[in-house]
Amino acid sequence: MPAAVTLSPLHDIAASNDWGAIFPELLLAGLAVLVLVLELVLPRTQRALIPALSLCGLAVILLGLGINFHTAYLNQDTFAGLLHHSEGGQFMRVFFVLTAMLVCLLATVTLERHAAPGAEFYHLVIVITAALMLLAQSNHFVLLFVALETVTVGFYILVSYFRTSSASLEGGLKYLILSALSSAILLFGIVLLYGVAGNRALPGATGEGMSFSALRGFLAANPHNFLANLGAVLVLAGVAFKIGAVPFQFWIPDVYQGAPTPVTAFLAVGSKAAGFAVLMVLALDVFRPLQAVIMPALSLMAVATILVGNLAALTQSNVKRLMGLSGVSHAGYLLVGVIAAYREPSAVGAVYFYLLAYLFASFTVFAVMAHVSGASDADQDLEHYANLARERPFLGAILAVGLGSLAGIPPLAGFMGKLLVFIFAFKAGLYGLLTVALVGVVISIYYYFGWIRAAFFPSRRALDFAASGAPVPAIPRVSGAVAVAMLLLAAASLVLGFYQGPLGAWLIAR
Amino acid sequence: MNDPNSQLLILAIAAPLVAALVIALGLSDRPARVVAGVAFAIPAGVALWLWSRFPAYDAIPAGHMGFAFYSLHALGLEKMGIHLTLGLNGISLPLFVLAGVVGLAAGLYALQSGAERLRIYLLLLLVMQGGLMGAFASIDIFFFYFFHELALIPTFIMVGIWGTRSESENRYAAMKMAVYLTAGAMLSLIGLIAIYQKSGIESFDLINLRTALARSPMSVGVQKNIFGLLIFGFGILVSLWPFHTWAPLGYGAAPSSTAMLHAGVLKKFGLYGLIQIALPLLPAGGTSPVVIPLFGGVHTTWTGLLACLALGNVLVIGLVTMAQRDLKQMIGFSSVMHMGYAFLGLATLSVVGAGGVVMLMVGHGLSVALLFLLATSIHHRTQTFELSEMGGLAQKAPVLAALFTAATLASIGLPGFANFWGEFTIFVSLWGFSPWVTALAVTGIVISAVYGLRAVAKVFFGQPTPEFAKVAAARPPADLGLGERLPALILLAVLLLVGFWPRSLSDPVNQALRHSLSHSESAPVETILAR
Repeated sequence: MPAAVTLSPLHDIAASNDWGAIFPELLLAGLAVLVLVLELVLPRTQRALIPALSLCGLAVILLGLGINFHTAYLNQDTFAGLLHHSEGGQFMRVFFVLTAMLVCLLATVTLERHAAPGAEFYHLVIVITAALMLLAQSNHFVLLFVALETVTVGFYILVSYFRTSSASLEGGLKYLILSALSSAILLFGIVLLYGVAGNRALPGATGEGMSFSALRGFLAANPHNFLANLGAVLVLAGVAFKIGAVPFQFWIPDVYQGAPTPVTAFLAVGSKAAGFAVLMVLALDVFRPLQAVIMPALSLMAVATILVGNLAALTQSNVKRLMGLSGVSHAGYLLVGVIAAYREPSAVGAVYFYLLAYLFASFTVFAVMAHVSGASDADQDLEHYANLARERPFLGAILAVGLGSLAGIPPLAGFMGKLLVFIFAFKAGLYGLLTVALVGVVISIYYYFGWIRAAFFPSRRALDFAASGAPVPAIPRVSGAVAVAMLLLAAASLVLGFYQGPLGAWLIAR
Repeated sequence: MNDPNSQLLILAIAAPLVAALVIALGLSDRPARVVAGVAFAIPAGVALWLWSRFPAYDAIPAGHMGFAFYSLHALGLEKMGIHLTLGLNGISLPLFVLAGVVGLAAGLYALQSGAERLRIYLLLLLVMQGGLMGAFASIDIFFFYFFHELALIPTFIMVGIWGTRSESENRYAAMKMAVYLTAGAMLSLIGLIAIYQKSGIESFDLINLRTALARSPMSVGVQKNIFGLLIFGFGILVSLWPFHTWAPLGYGAAPSSTAMLHAGVLKKFGLYGLIQIALPLLPAGGTSPVVIPLFGGVHTTWTGLLACLALGNVLVIGLVTMAQRDLKQMIGFSSVMHMGYAFLGLATLSVVGAGGVVMLMVGHGLSVALLFLLATSIHHRTQTFELSEMGGLAQKAPVLAALFTAATLASIGLPGFANFWGEFTIFVSLWGFSPWVTALAVTGIVISAVYGLRAVAKVFFGQPTPEFAKVAAARPPADLGLGERLPALILLAVLLLVGFWPRSLSDPVNQALRHSLSHSESAPVETILAR
């Protein structure tokens, strides 16, 4: 029975398809389709239901993930080793769903202000979220690449969502070209690794060079193989594009500025976090045997990222570009945490904490940015913030909390994130990186504080600006749901700053 | 643990912070004032009460190493060795009292200041006050730092919004303070993390650290490096020459209550950190040889270098202060100058020297807060800070004149005021350190007498200048009202109390220092404070 023999591996694979393991992702896919169907079915007057429905759906999934956090699939491989379920992966799933909710919420503000169609936007956000979740759990280069491309293609559309805005289209095109380049680099790296792993002349050769588990074994046997090292570095270069690390940060200012504000937030938080999730799986686990090459490469990247991000952000007056470049510097601090995790495994917890603090702080700031802008969404200048605190004290206070947390000021969560990363960096003996990080923090105070200054301090220049420049649209009223979300975000930053509770204990204990 | 007083510390920290939160949630003007007033009074009341109840060293449980009113609160990072442990020892008690008293005075002065957007002003002051109480009540050095930063941030915002200079000058001052002080804070943070890590026990708890390091001290090289980090980190925060330029600028621009709290209390944080943390935990850090890679390599020690820079504070800044024509700027410079004495006392690494520093911190904190308060009151009456445009105010405002004169005499170091004990003991200990340095430092007293008394003469005596006469004709200056008098009298009362009864503070200071610096040689004159 030759046929049965050749089919039996497929049976095994089919048997390992535990659809329950990706139930949240399946639900997201269903939700995404539902959103599109509703747009066709619902009368025009009822379309306002779509964002509400997306949010509710996401909230239910978030709740489910929270309740079933310790799933039965924890520490197992499913789908014939395509996916690996870990606590870190679960954390990232929760992280991405939370991000998606906040992006949808911001979209209600921005899309309404600029009278853009809605349903496709929510659809894309949900699809990207599902792909991000798979990406963070992938255990195989094929799935990693497919998930990554799903994310990226979704972002091509989202970045250029404002079809009539040249800035948005320019951003989309730049993202398309540079992202395609980075995908090519990533693929080249994958192919090199696959090829060298299949070389029968080398010890530990494997035909499964795409699978992380097989590759790990091969790399452990060949830590000094040139092609393997080159492949790993190229793969990490592709990932570095996602996290916006130098020298792959060139796309960030223009794309961040051109993209609609919720998309900018999604890129800044979701895409960056996904990059770090993948980076931690690859650099700390799969490529661990190649530490001798990877660690110096990452260190160099971290130094450049912190310095370039902070110095470039110093001169920005467009706040979207400023958020982009300061986000680059945050990627640098996070890289320091990842590098520290080579010697101090608990540093991974610090990276997760930092990401969470960054999520809260960034969305707090982006939520204010969604309300304050010039004539177009890409035109968001520091001058638009003049007298914000006086005229809209609520927005001013929320902005101050968000910026304070990003700058790393106690008692806000951002400070704890930085502190934990610094402590682990010190434990790991990374004194040089630590010094650079500190210089970066001091520089960052200047531009974050400059923003606060623009919003809070009395300014006569701003009046001149208002008198001479184009008419600035009034800041819209903050809707109830958005106001509640902003308050919750600010409260989260505040509370996490001095009470980390079980979350802190769980993150650090692992 | 069952001592009900130990719960008072958390109350003193939480009361202003909760009040700030309540005001932030949209309290209207009048209730906000009441809430703020109560919230400023609670820490002061707690501080004075705990002062009166402070036990002798031997009465404190041995495991607490001299920290009375001990309490521990878990916040989720216990695995990292971070706990909110609160308590007061002989070193922190005086500063806790200082923070409470100056906070109350600054709060009362702010309540009557009629500042624009008063509620936000009060809110920020309350946050600052909560941070100050926390910084001096924390046994955990992580929270010591945390609360300091909490108190520091509002100052930048207050300087920017309610600054007393022109818009661009306020912005510049706020920015400069922010960058300098963040740099200082970051350096000291790394020093603290280094202690945490190199102690080998991965704890921020000062009691644990002291116990562990007494058993197995860090290597001399490590101690030396951390000591250097802390000297410069904390030094920037305390305006060590030549890293002082933020201070006169910032104080010159800061609104009165902010300047009172910052110059009076917050700035002492760095000195306090050096005495409470660096001296006991890094006993060899200050005295082991270091080579400064300047001028082809200068061989010295950190304390030697510190003494040199401190002389810069006293002499260079002393002369600069004499040249000031702006009253508030002058007070700002004078506070930088007096920090020089504190650094000199520290450099001796002795019980007497460090004890003198604690006494000086209290005296200087109270007197400089009083001076900033009165300077603003003078400004209300003369509409200027220019010394050359004032004169003869004593005829119109005798109480103001008397208080300002008293504050000036206190800051010069006249016996009867708290400052005297601080400066006197510092000079005594300094003689054992180096007679030359002492001789140079003592000339500073002459300098401060010159500028202090000259300012008193220019503002209050002589004939009114034409400028002042014009202002006085438009709005005849009245004497201090009750709202201004009350906070000033509170400050003066404590100045005199400590001046005439120094043992109330010096006994706890002395006992605590003798235990925490037991490794250092006790100077023969150490009995002076105990007498």
